[in-house]
Amino acid sequence: MDKRHWLDDPRHVKLLWRMFLGVLVLIVAIGALLPLHPYFEIESVFGFYAWFGFIACAVMIAVAKGLALLLKRPDTYYRERDD
Amino acid sequence: MTDSIVHPGLVLIVGALVLPWLRGHLRTAAVLLLPLLVLLLVWQMPDAAWHVRFLDYTLTPVQADKLSRLFATIFALMAAGGGLFALGQKNRLELPAAFVYAGSAIGVALAGDLVTLFVFWELMAVGSTLVLWSNGSRDSYRASLRYLMIHLLGGMILFAGITGHIAQTGSVEFTRIVLDSPAQWLILIGFLVNAAAPPLSAWLPDAYPEASWSGTVFLSAFTTKAAVYVLLRGFPGTELLIWVGLIMVFYGIVYALLENDMRRILAYSIVNQVGFMVAGIGIGTEMALNGAAAHAFTHIIYKALLLMSAGSVLYMTNRRKCSELGGLFHSMPVATICGIIGALAISSFPLTSGFVSKSMISQAAADSHLLTVWLLLAAASAGVFLHAGIKFPWFVFFQKDSGLRPADPPASMRWAMIIFAFLCIAIGIWPGLLYSLLPYAVAYVPYTWAHVITQLQLLLFSGLAFFVLLPYLKRTLTITLDTDWLWRKVLPAVATPSTRLVGAGQALIKRGGQRASSSALTLMDSHYGVDSRFARTWSIRGMALWVLVLLLGYLLLYFM
Repeated sequence: MDKRHWLDDPRHVKLLWRMFLGVLVLIVAIGALLPLHPYFEIESVFGFYAWFGFIACAVMIAVAKGLALLLKRPDTYYRERDD
Repeated sequence: MTDSIVHPGLVLIVGALVLPWLRGHLRTAAVLLLPLLVLLLVWQMPDAAWHVRFLDYTLTPVQADKLSRLFATIFALMAAGGGLFALGQKNRLELPAAFVYAGSAIGVALAGDLVTLFVFWELMAVGSTLVLWSNGSRDSYRASLRYLMIHLLGGMILFAGITGHIAQTGSVEFTRIVLDSPAQWLILIGFLVNAAAPPLSAWLPDAYPEASWSGTVFLSAFTTKAAVYVLLRGFPGTELLIWVGLIMVFYGIVYALLENDMRRILAYSIVNQVGFMVAGIGIGTEMALNGAAAHAFTHIIYKALLLMSAGSVLYMTNRRKCSELGGLFHSMPVATICGIIGALAISSFPLTSGFVSKSMISQAAADSHLLTVWLLLAAASAGVFLHAGIKFPWFVFFQKDSGLRPADPPASMRWAMIIFAFLCIAIGIWPGLLYSLLPYAVAYVPYTWAHVITQLQLLLFSGLAFFVLLPYLKRTLTITLDTDWLWRKVLPAVATPSTRLVGAGQALIKRGGQRASSSALTLMDSHYGVDSRFARTWSIRGMALWVLVLLLGYLLLYFM
């Protein structure tokens, strides 16, 4: 029952990480070589979609963490009064 | 006008009412075949309207065109898939309620006039409340009351708007509505309440996760998408909707990022996805409207798939918090793989259904030269992968090993997931199928090298952001306050003292009244009571004397 899965081995996780980073580099390289028919000027900036996607996510996480400072409550918050 | 039209929505509703009396194989057959029969009926409907006279109005209970048929189709398909998934549901109320809910959603999609629309609209609220209610827990009962309260409020606003609109225009027809008086604004607001638009958006993530493992699958599909349908038909190109949609998109992402309950993550993500559709309706070009309609279609399938995957986990483990789950891929391969396919589809990965539908909305923004809108939609697409695409499968099926080793769920649930996962991929590979159902002719090619590569860049780097910033996304036993705080905390806090005040006032009045009436009674008693002057027994002599005096007095007065 307690068979170790291929993914449970840290070496394999490391391998997956390396493959993922390789794919990232590859996909940016292909993007730089292909004609992308931009609609807006900003799309022609090098690796636009890559850095835009990364920064957008970082900003959204930052906003979420900021909001959490104000609005986070224990998950029993609404229950206290009821019981 | 044809006499032979059978209303597909009504067939489903009537079937639902028979369902509770069926048992065993008969019930299974009815659950599986009824939605398919409805699907067939939807497809047999000619492009025609069916009119009836009611009071002073000509109603059009059934009016079929491409747009309404598209939505009726996906609603019927959803009833079929959800029915299969829910076959093992022990509660005998939930499935019939869900079919009434689905049937009335089909009724909304086929309604040609505002009166019919309103009737089915409210029936949807009843059906969905019963789905929530049937879960039977205290939490779901309370959630269903809050849910019903918001929807009755929305229904009232809509009713006021429809009444005003009919009074002004004299027409009950449901076509494009121009926002030129408060009545039309009320209709728009009524529609937006059901679309989970701010500020009342909190009803959705509050209520949906409280349904049973199968109930949430149904809930995710109909209310918000019926709202998308009526907005598509009633208010295409209303610029305000672009901004409403964008707020919904980011609201959904930010709240989902902070959430710990796996199904509430997906509920926030419904608001996020409906935001894309609402923004598309606001852009209003043929491409954008096609995109919004297509996205509603694909969204229903992959969101149901995601919630089926989450529902399977809930069914097998009875746990719903990410912080208590993890490592389930070891023993639940079907739920894991189907969940991942749903997650890829919602993130619009190439070769999935989301890729061929959502991109039409972005493309429409680009065609209309709306740079800000386009940038925000691109950022939001990255955010979808972040909050639903990776977060859901990662925290439920991977991350740290929770030690739980539940098996995959029973066959009916597995097959429902497999069929919906297949649809997600089939639509992604053969988008022509879906495109031929859209209201306008499609001149859009999703699979260009540029589109595939740019989309992969966007998504994979969002993935990188997720894993790099993972320490900031650790799940905690918390919730995040939303606008439902207003009606769960503030209103009761205001209402309790004021009801107490009113109660005290009532008590005061009551006591005053009692005192006044009791003193009046004592007074009466002293005059007319048993031993009072008036009730005393008098001697006959005395009586005769007094009568004599009175008669003499009368005589004197008469002659004077």
